[in-house]
Amino acid sequence: MAIEVKNIVKRFGSFAALDNVDLKVADGELLALLGPSGSGKTTLLRIIAGLDWPDSGEVAIDGENALSRGASERQVGFVFQHYALFRHMTVFENVAFGLRVQPRAIRKDEATIRARVKNLLDLVQLDWLANRYPSQLSGGQRQRIALARALAIEPRILLLDEPFGALDAKVRKELRQWLRSLHNEIHVTSIFVTHDQEEALEVANRVVVMDKGKIEQIGSPGDVYDNPATAFVHGFIGESIVLPVDVAGDAVRLDGRPLNIPALGAASGAAKLFVRRHDMAVGPAGTGALEGAIRHVRSFGPIQRAEVALSGSEGKTVIEIDAPRDRELQAGEIVSLQPRRYRIFAAQ
Amino acid sequence: MSMQTGLATSTTQLRTYAPATDVSVAAPAPRLEIARATPVTAHRNPRTEPGPIRLVIIALAIAFLSIFVVLPLVVVFASAFSKGVVAYFAALAEPEALAAIKLTLLVAAISVTLNLVFGVVAAWAISKFEFTGKTFLITLIDLPFSVSPVISGLVFVLLFGAQGYFGPWLQAHNVHILFAVPGIALATIFVTFPFVARALIPLMQEQGTQEEEAAISLGASGLQTFFRVTLPNIKWGLLYGVLLCNARAMGEFGAVSVVSGHIRGETNTMPLLVEILYNEYQFVASFAIASLLAMLALITLVAKTILERRLDEAEVPDGD
Repeated sequence: MAIEVKNIVKRFGSFAALDNVDLKVADGELLALLGPSGSGKTTLLRIIAGLDWPDSGEVAIDGENALSRGASERQVGFVFQHYALFRHMTVFENVAFGLRVQPRAIRKDEATIRARVKNLLDLVQLDWLANRYPSQLSGGQRQRIALARALAIEPRILLLDEPFGALDAKVRKELRQWLRSLHNEIHVTSIFVTHDQEEALEVANRVVVMDKGKIEQIGSPGDVYDNPATAFVHGFIGESIVLPVDVAGDAVRLDGRPLNIPALGAASGAAKLFVRRHDMAVGPAGTGALEGAIRHVRSFGPIQRAEVALSGSEGKTVIEIDAPRDRELQAGEIVSLQPRRYRIFAAQ
Repeated sequence: MSMQTGLATSTTQLRTYAPATDVSVAAPAPRLEIARATPVTAHRNPRTEPGPIRLVIIALAIAFLSIFVVLPLVVVFASAFSKGVVAYFAALAEPEALAAIKLTLLVAAISVTLNLVFGVVAAWAISKFEFTGKTFLITLIDLPFSVSPVISGLVFVLLFGAQGYFGPWLQAHNVHILFAVPGIALATIFVTFPFVARALIPLMQEQGTQEEEAAISLGASGLQTFFRVTLPNIKWGLLYGVLLCNARAMGEFGAVSVVSGHIRGETNTMPLLVEILYNEYQFVASFAIASLLAMLALITLVAKTILERRLDEAEVPDGD
């Protein structure tokens, strides 16, 4: 089911958690809401679920106004960061809960409920835990049960709030892939919230980057990484080198010295130059836009990471670059640096 | 002492302390004190007192409990049965005694039921919602604990007494509150209000609202959420609060004494009757009633211990 969010505003006291947010989610998408804590991503998710209410704006699920209905009537599956399993019920009863509380008129008979719960437990590959209690499960198992429980009500949409946030790194990685393949299998429109960029880029079809209650960029994982729309997105996704520069016409200057790179249409005035670490080409001294002395080199895997103190800044500006290991760099060496790809954003 | 001995001692120390990290040793693993070079024999758990002092402390505690708790309890039962079992049951079969027992049970039933409802509502409001004046409400819940029961009783005299605010109106409409069951129930409710709320607030705060939110998003109605999720999660805490509330409701003396009017066979609860009979030198009858109250206390104590164990189990942290 498609989701449409329009002009959502939500304030907590004087703090604007969501500031005029618009978002369209297509049917069958797996969308990530990515942002630092306090960016409003969880609030947006809770508003779609009906666990929070916006001060103004509209939410439509499948073209139908959702705000006129309470959370219990929206048929939205919600998965919590800390699982929120019913601690006094077995795994089986947890998954069966949504089926047992249905109005008598549409409630299934016991045999159908049992069969459905069994199917769901098979789907999350935990049918052997049916009679355990939540406290006897590992974190990863709990989150899979929470997902099975949410799927039991045949949700029109599935919302996951930092679903892997409370798990350790290894389990988190496994569950990511598992969620991806599960989504390929059942195709329910899903939104998950995360502050982990790697998770968002790896799992989602589309990524919505949020900051301070606003959407900064919406795009495919490749898009938000390669073509960040704002300085925030460039800084938040992937590692970036950031240098304060001045733009005058098409000329870019660092500490008053021209850099010999085009301004790419950036407005004149104070600006910031963003370069990915691996997009900084290293060459012999005197051949590139920037020059500096290598202070320290660490090599691991296919790359070597060098700390370079830029010339002309009295050694105060130190940047980290990733270079391929075709030529070993030496500490003390003077090299030139040429940004292969870069972006210039006006300084706020 | 030379450096060398110092070093030697600390190595020994390390070795002697090594088994202490074993789980089977009850004492907490002591910190290694490398710098202090004292003879090996003096090394012991820094938190353990020497034997004689330990014995004295334990003996003091037992002696104190025996004199102030066990002895009175024994005296109550001994006095109750001092004229034999027949006299004991005869005293309990007196119409006045039966009336007091009935009244006590009635008042306890009313006040426990009402406080069960009020307590759940108050705990729910405090633990699940954010609102201004929350801290004030929490303080207010504790008020009955901090005010002398006599004053609690006097408040109702001031409100409903012949010279009180509502007294004339009540008299004109022939409604009896003071010196009647309603007054006794009101005073008891006031005094016992904190028990249920106090038992539930920390429990419900710790459990948070996520399970309720999960239930609602799965389609449960408000009532279904309460009876299927909230209530099962708080049942042991609730029982614990009810138990203590009941014990206090049956045993309350001060507040009830002020509003009761001591009408024989009508407005005397068990604790009040104990005092009256005692003052009239009817020791067997007095202690017979007292023994019932003492038994209530013992049953409460046992039930409380069982419930506390259940509560601990229910509160097993939901972590990994």
